[in-house]
Amino acid sequence: MAKIIETQDLAVAFAEGDGHNIIFRHLNVSVEKGEFVTLVGVSGAGKSTLLRVIADLIPPYEGSVKLDAAHDPTRRPIAMVFQAALLMPWRKVGDNISLGLDGIDVPAAVKKERVEWTLELVGLAGYEDRWPYQLSGGQRQRIGIARALAVDPAILLMDEPFGALDAITRTGLQDELLRIWQETHKSILFVTHDIEEAVYLGDRVLLLGDKPAHIVNEYHINVDRDQRRESEQFLLMVDEVKAGLLAAMALSNGSG
Amino acid sequence: MKSSTRYFLSAVGLVGFLLIWEGIARSGLFATYLLPPPSTIPAALISEIREGIWQVMVVASLRHYSVGFVLGSVLGVGLGVMVALFPRIEAGQAWLARVLRPIPPLAWIPFAIIWFGITETAAAFIISIGIFWINYFTAMGAVQAVDKDLIEVARAFGHRSFPALLRKVILPGAAPGILSGLRAGLGQGWMTVVAAELFGIQGIGQRMIEASGLLASNVVILYMFSIALLYGVSDYVFVLVQKRILAWQR
Ligand SMILES: Nc1ncnc2c1ncn2[C@@H]1O[C@H](COP(=O)(O)OP(=O)(O)OP(=O)(O)O)[C@@H](O)[C@H]1O
Ligand SMILES: [Mg+2]
Repeated sequence: MAKIIETQDLAVAFAEGDGHNIIFRHLNVSVEKGEFVTLVGVSGAGKSTLLRVIADLIPPYEGSVKLDAAHDPTRRPIAMVFQAALLMPWRKVGDNISLGLDGIDVPAAVKKERVEWTLELVGLAGYEDRWPYQLSGGQRQRIGIARALAVDPAILLMDEPFGALDAITRTGLQDELLRIWQETHKSILFVTHDIEEAVYLGDRVLLLGDKPAHIVNEYHINVDRDQRRESEQFLLMVDEVKAGLLAAMALSNGSG
Repeated sequence: MKSSTRYFLSAVGLVGFLLIWEGIARSGLFATYLLPPPSTIPAALISEIREGIWQVMVVASLRHYSVGFVLGSVLGVGLGVMVALFPRIEAGQAWLARVLRPIPPLAWIPFAIIWFGITETAAAFIISIGIFWINYFTAMGAVQAVDKDLIEVARAFGHRSFPALLRKVILPGAAPGILSGLRAGLGQGWMTVVAAELFGIQGIGQRMIEASGLLASNVVILYMFSIALLYGVSDYVFVLVQKRILAWQR
C-alpha cells in the first residue's frame, strides 16, 4: 500500500541558548493510505512535536516529511486537533469551526452544512452562536475536533483529542471517529495516553520512547474491531503495550 | 454591593464634596477670588454661554484635541504594531525610543511654535505627542503578547500569509490591549489640551488664563468642570464602543 505520511531520518531541534535541544533524530515513521495509527509514549517524549512537524508548523532540523495527499480543492490535505483546544476567543463557536473552510473551494451553503454537521457529531448542535468562554473545557476540546473534521482532511492528526472528556462521551466519539474514518477513507495519526484507546482505535500502535525520542516498538492489532472492547485477545494486546510502555519509562528514568 | 447602593454612595461623595467646599467658601476665611463657592458656577456658565464664549472655546479645544488624538493614536498604534511584528525594526527603535520618550509633551512647545507658529496645528501636535507614546507602547506590548499557539492554529488551517495572520489572529488578539491604550490616550489628551493653549491658541486653556488674569476664579472653575464633563462623556462613549468590540471577552 502507498504511504501517505513518511518521515525520512527526521530530526527536530529547538533553539536553546546558543545551541539546539534535539528532541529526536533519525525518526522514520509512516502511515499508509487509509491507515489508523495510534502513538503512545512517555510524556515529553516528542509526540506533539512530531505532529507539528508533520503538519509543517515547525521545520525539520534534519531529514524530511513526505506527504502524499491527493490534491482536492474542496478539502484540506491535512488537519490537526491540538492537545489544548486552542479556540480563537474572538470567534463564535461556528466561526471557529469554519476557520479552515475560508480557503477551500466549496459553496457557502456547504460550509454552513459542514459546521452544523460537525457540531452535531460532537454533540453540540445549536452552539454556533456561543462564545468560547461560555463553554466547558471538554466542550471546547470537542469544538477543536469539529474544526478539524469540518475541512474533511485526507490526513487527520489528533493530539490527545479525547483526553479532557468523560468516559461516556469519549467512547461515543471513538466510535464516531471510527465510522468517519471508514466512510471517508481518512488516514489518521492519533496520539493518546490511554493504551486501551490506542489499541481499540489503531490498526497499528507506535510506542515512542525518549531521550532522544525514537520508536521503541510497534504493535499490529490483528483483532477485529467489533471484537475489541472486551475480547481476550484485545486485553492481551493492551497488556503487551502497557508492558512495553513501562519498560520504556523505566529506561527513560534510568537515563535521565 | 448592589449597583443602586453604589450609585447612591457615589452621589453622596460628590454632593458632600460640593457642600463642604461651599461651606468653607462662604465661611469668610478666604477671599472669594481665592476660593469661589460652587454655587456661583451656574451663573458663570449662563453668562459665558450668553456671550457666546463657552461654545466657541469648547469647540476650538475639541477641534485640536480631536486632531491630536487621531494623529497620535493612528501613528502610535500603527508604529507600535509594526515594531512588534518585525524584530529588526524593534531593535532599531530600542535606543531611539528611550531617548525620545521621556521628553514631556510640553517640552515640545518651543518647537511646535517654531515649526507651526501660534496655530491650531501646533496645539494638535503637542496633544498628539503624549497620546502617541501611550499607544506606541501599549500596541507594541499587545501584539507581542498575542498567543503564539493561536498563530500556529491559524497556520495549521491554511492561513499562512502574513496579511491573513494579521487579520485573523494578531489584530483581534491584540485588540483588548490596543483599545485600552486608546482609552488611556483619550484621558492623556485632555491633560495636555489646556497647557497646549496657554501660549495663545484659542480654546478652554486660553480662556482660563484670561479669566484668572481678571481674578474671575469662578469662570476658571467653570472651565475645569467643562473639561471634566468632556472627558467623562468621551470616556463613557468609548467604553460603550469598547464593550461592543470586545463582546467575546468574559
Ligand atoms: N517550542 C518549544 N521550544 C522548546 N522546547 C520545546 C518546545 N516544544 C516542545 N519542547 C520540548 O520538546 C519535548 C517534547 O515535547 P512534546 O510536547 O512533543 O511532548 P509530548 O510527547 O507531546 O508530551 P505530552 O505527552 O506530555 O504531551 C519536551 O521536552 C519539550 O520540553
Ligand atoms: Mg503532547
